Amino acid sequence: MSDTDVTIEVDGVSMPATKGQMLIEVTDKAGIYVPRFCYHSKLSIAANCRMCLVEVEKAPKPLPACATPVADGMKVFTRSANAIAAQKATMEFLLINHPLDCPICDQGGECELQDLAMGFGRDISRYNERKRVVRDKDLGPLVSTDMTRCIHCTRCVRFSQEIEGLQELGTIGRAEDMKISMYIEKSVDHELSGNIIDLCPVGALNNKPYRYSARAWEMLQREAVSPHDCVGTNMYAHVLRGKIKRVVPRENEAINETWIADRDRFSYEGIYSGDRLPAPMLRVDGNWTEVSWEDALAKAAESLKAADGSSVGIVSSPSATLEESHLLSRIAEHLSCSNIDHRTRCRDFTDQQNDPVMPWLGCAIQDIEQADAIAVVGSNLRREAPIIAHRVRKAALNGSAVSMVNSNEYEYHFDVADYEHGAGLVEMLAGIAVAACDTLPDSIAAVCDGVKPSAGQKRIAKSLRKAESGLLLLGNIAARHEAFSAIRALAAAIAEATGATLGSLSEGANSAGAALAGVLPHRGRGGKKRSDTGLDVIQMLDKKLDVTLLCNVEPDADILASANAVKQLADHKFVIALTPFASDDLRECADLLLPVGTFAESAGTYVNCEGRWQSFHGVANPVDEARPGWKVLRVLANLLQVPDSDYQTSEEVRDELKNLLGDIEPDNRYRGDTPIGRPNGADAPDREIDVPIYQVDAVVRRATALQLTPEAQRTRAVAED
Amino acid sequence: MSKIQSYIKTFVLWELWQGLSVTLRNFFRPDVTVQYPEDKTPQSARFRGLHALRRYPNGEERCIACKLCEAVCPALAITIESDVADDGTRRTTRYDIDLFKCIYCGFCEEACPVDAIVETRIHEYHMEATGENIMTKDKLLAIGDKFEAMISADKAADAPYR
Repeated sequence: MSDTDVTIEVDGVSMPATKGQMLIEVTDKAGIYVPRFCYHSKLSIAANCRMCLVEVEKAPKPLPACATPVADGMKVFTRSANAIAAQKATMEFLLINHPLDCPICDQGGECELQDLAMGFGRDISRYNERKRVVRDKDLGPLVSTDMTRCIHCTRCVRFSQEIEGLQELGTIGRAEDMKISMYIEKSVDHELSGNIIDLCPVGALNNKPYRYSARAWEMLQREAVSPHDCVGTNMYAHVLRGKIKRVVPRENEAINETWIADRDRFSYEGIYSGDRLPAPMLRVDGNWTEVSWEDALAKAAESLKAADGSSVGIVSSPSATLEESHLLSRIAEHLSCSNIDHRTRCRDFTDQQNDPVMPWLGCAIQDIEQADAIAVVGSNLRREAPIIAHRVRKAALNGSAVSMVNSNEYEYHFDVADYEHGAGLVEMLAGIAVAACDTLPDSIAAVCDGVKPSAGQKRIAKSLRKAESGLLLLGNIAARHEAFSAIRALAAAIAEATGATLGSLSEGANSAGAALAGVLPHRGRGGKKRSDTGLDVIQMLDKKLDVTLLCNVEPDADILASANAVKQLADHKFVIALTPFASDDLRECADLLLPVGTFAESAGTYVNCEGRWQSFHGVANPVDEARPGWKVLRVLANLLQVPDSDYQTSEEVRDELKNLLGDIEPDNRYRGDTPIGRPNGADAPDREIDVPIYQVDAVVRRATALQLTPEAQRTRAVAED
Repeated sequence: MSKIQSYIKTFVLWELWQGLSVTLRNFFRPDVTVQYPEDKTPQSARFRGLHALRRYPNGEERCIACKLCEAVCPALAITIESDVADDGTRRTTRYDIDLFKCIYCGFCEEACPVDAIVETRIHEYHMEATGENIMTKDKLLAIGDKFEAMISADKAADAPYR
C-alpha cells in the first residue's frame, strides 16, 4: 500500500480510494448514487448546486461529495437522515424558481431535475411568492434557450471555458439575479458547442432543430457512427417511427469521450432535405423519367457489360462504407477495370506509388494527448476533425508544444507554440526539414536546395527533436495540396530525423477503408500493386469514358481537382450515379440516377484514422425508394455475374474483405527515394484548398440548421466573393 | 310420500302455476326498461364516451402536445405529432384517436395536465366508411367546440371529488 492509497467507509462499507480523489468519484466507482447537478466528470468542480451533500462523521455540517477530498478512515453516510434532509432542503430551494412547465419542456422525461424531484422533492410547494422569470437568449440556430428553467449549475459555462477554450458563456449577477449570459449578444459558434445541450441537466439549453418534435420516451435509441470525418465519432440516433429526430453522443473514451461535433449532431437534417431522389431515374432523349429498380439496374448492368474494362471509370466517395467500397472493387475487378478512385479531393497523384497501405493517424486518437510535441501541417484542424482538435488542445494544456504549419492562420483556443504561416506549405516544411535533418535524404534534396530555416521553423524542428513522443500530423489541406508529394516527403524526412511519429488525417469517414478495399487506380485490395495503373480521378474526368459510375459523389462540390467536373462528366457517354440526392449537377451530367440510402439508412463499416473498424446498422427507414448502397451494388454485381456475390448481409461482405486482407499493419514510413522536383507555382499559399466545415459532404450541405450558423454563412460569403 | 306428492303435482300443473305466479307478480311491478331512443337512462358526469379536444374561452387550443395521453394509452389508440407553432408554442400537428383501438378507459383524460382531451357523454355515434374511425384533430376540436357547455358542466360537477 503506497501513501496515496486510503481506505474510506461509505454507508458502512469500506472501500479503497486514492488521495486527492473526491468523494463522489469513489461513490460513483462503487455504484453508490449520490444526486448531483453541477458535477460532471469531464469538467472542473464547481460545487455550486449543493445537491450532493452527504454526511461525514465528525464534520459539523453535511459536505458536498463532489468537492470533499477523501481522507483515510473517513466515514461517509450518503443515505442517513441528515444527508437526506440536506438533499431535500437543497431540492426545495432549487424548485423555488424552476417553472412547472415539464409538459412542454423538451427535457421532460430525461430531465435530471425531474428525476431527482421525484426522489427528493416535496409533492406540494411551500413557496407561494412570485417566481423568477428570465429573458431567453438567442444562442444561434443550434441551441434553444429557456433561461427561466436554469438552475445555475454552470456546466455550460465550464464547458465553454475548459473544453472549447473560448469563453462563450458566463454568469452575471448574484443570487436571485444570477443569469447565464454571453456578455455580448452573440451566438455560440464553437464547433463543439452543441454539447451544452447534453450537459444542461434541465431544459434551459436544448436542441433547436429538434424543438418540440418528439418526447424522450417515445424514441428508439440506435447506435450510429459519424460519417463526416475520419474520427468515427460514436453516436446514438434517436428514431421515431423510422425517422431520425436527433443525434446524441455515445460515450467512447478511446474516440470521442462524451463529446460530438455539431456537424455530427445536426447533420441528420440533411437526410430529410427536399431534394431526395425518390426513385431510380433514367434520362431518355434528354428527359428524366422514373423507372423501376429492375429496369434501372438492368440498364446499368447492360451498359457496364457492353463497355470495355479500360473505358469504364468508378469514382467513389471517401465516405462510402467499407462494404460499398469492397463491392465496387470487386465489380471493377470483374470488369478488369482499374480506373477506380475515391480520392475525390486530392490533386497530386505523382507519388502515389509511395502511399502507405492506408492513411493512418500513426497512433491511437487517445495517445495524441500524451504527445509532448505536436506539429500539425496543412490542416484547419478544428474544422476538419473537431474531436482530434480537442485532443490536440488537451495535449497543449498538458504542456505539449503544439505548432501549426499552414499558409492561412486559423484560430485555436490554446497557446500555439509556433504558427508558421503566410508562405507555401512546401517552402515552410523545407525550412523545418533543413533545420531538422543532418543530411537531407535524396528525395527532398532538390526541394530543400538553398532554403534557410527561419527562427520559428528551427524552433519547431527543435521541439520535435527534443520530444520523447513527437507527433507530426498531416491534415486534409496538405492531402488536397497540388504539391502533396513534396509535402509528404518533407514531412516524412522531418519525422525520420526528429524521431517523431508521422500521422495523417484523411478525407471523409472511410478513406482508410476505401484504400484497404482497393478503391485506388494503382493498388488493389490490401495495398497489392496493380499490374496496370488505372486512371485517377483527374484523368478519368479528362477522358471521355464509355461508362462512369459515381458512388455518393456530387461532382461540383466533391471533386476539387476540376473546376468544371460537371461539364467534363456530361461529355462521358453514360454516367451512372448512386446518390441519395437528385442534385442539379447530377441531373446535368448523369444518365441514370439510382437512389441509395445515406449513412443513417444503410448498414456498413467505417475504418477510422486510427484503423479501427466500426460497424453499424441502418438506423432509419430509407426515404421513398432509396436502398442501402451495398444492396444496390450487390444486385448489380449479380447482374454482371460477378462470382460469389450472393451476399445476404453487410456483415458477410465485411467479413469476406476482412479474411482477404489478413493482417495488415498500418505503416506511415516513407520509402520513396526518387528525387522530387520543386513544385513550380503549385506551392503558392492561395493554391491551398480548405473545404468549409459544413460543406464536407452531401448530407451536411443540406442540413438546414448547420447552414444557418455564422460559420456556414461566413464561409459561403467567402466562396461567393 | 314424496312419490305420491309429485304424482299429484304432475296432474294439477303445480310447477306451471308456480312459474306463472312469478309472471303475475312482475306484471304489476313498475317498468325498468326504457323506450330507447325516446327514453334514455340518466348518465353520470363521469361517463366516458366520445373524445373531444377543448379550447380555452379565448379560443386558444388547450393541447400543448406533451404526449402524456399517447404515453399512457394502454391500447395505443392515440398518435400525436408535434412541432413549433407559428407563435413559438408547442402544438400538435397531428392528433389522431383510433376509435376501434380505444377502450374508453379515460386514462388520457386523467393524464392531461391542461384538461384538453376529455371523454364526453356522447355515446351515440357510428361509422359508415373505412377511416371514419380515426378521429382527427379537427374532428376532435369540432366536438369540443360543439359540446363545451356540457363538458364544462360535467367537469364542474366532478370537481369536488378530484
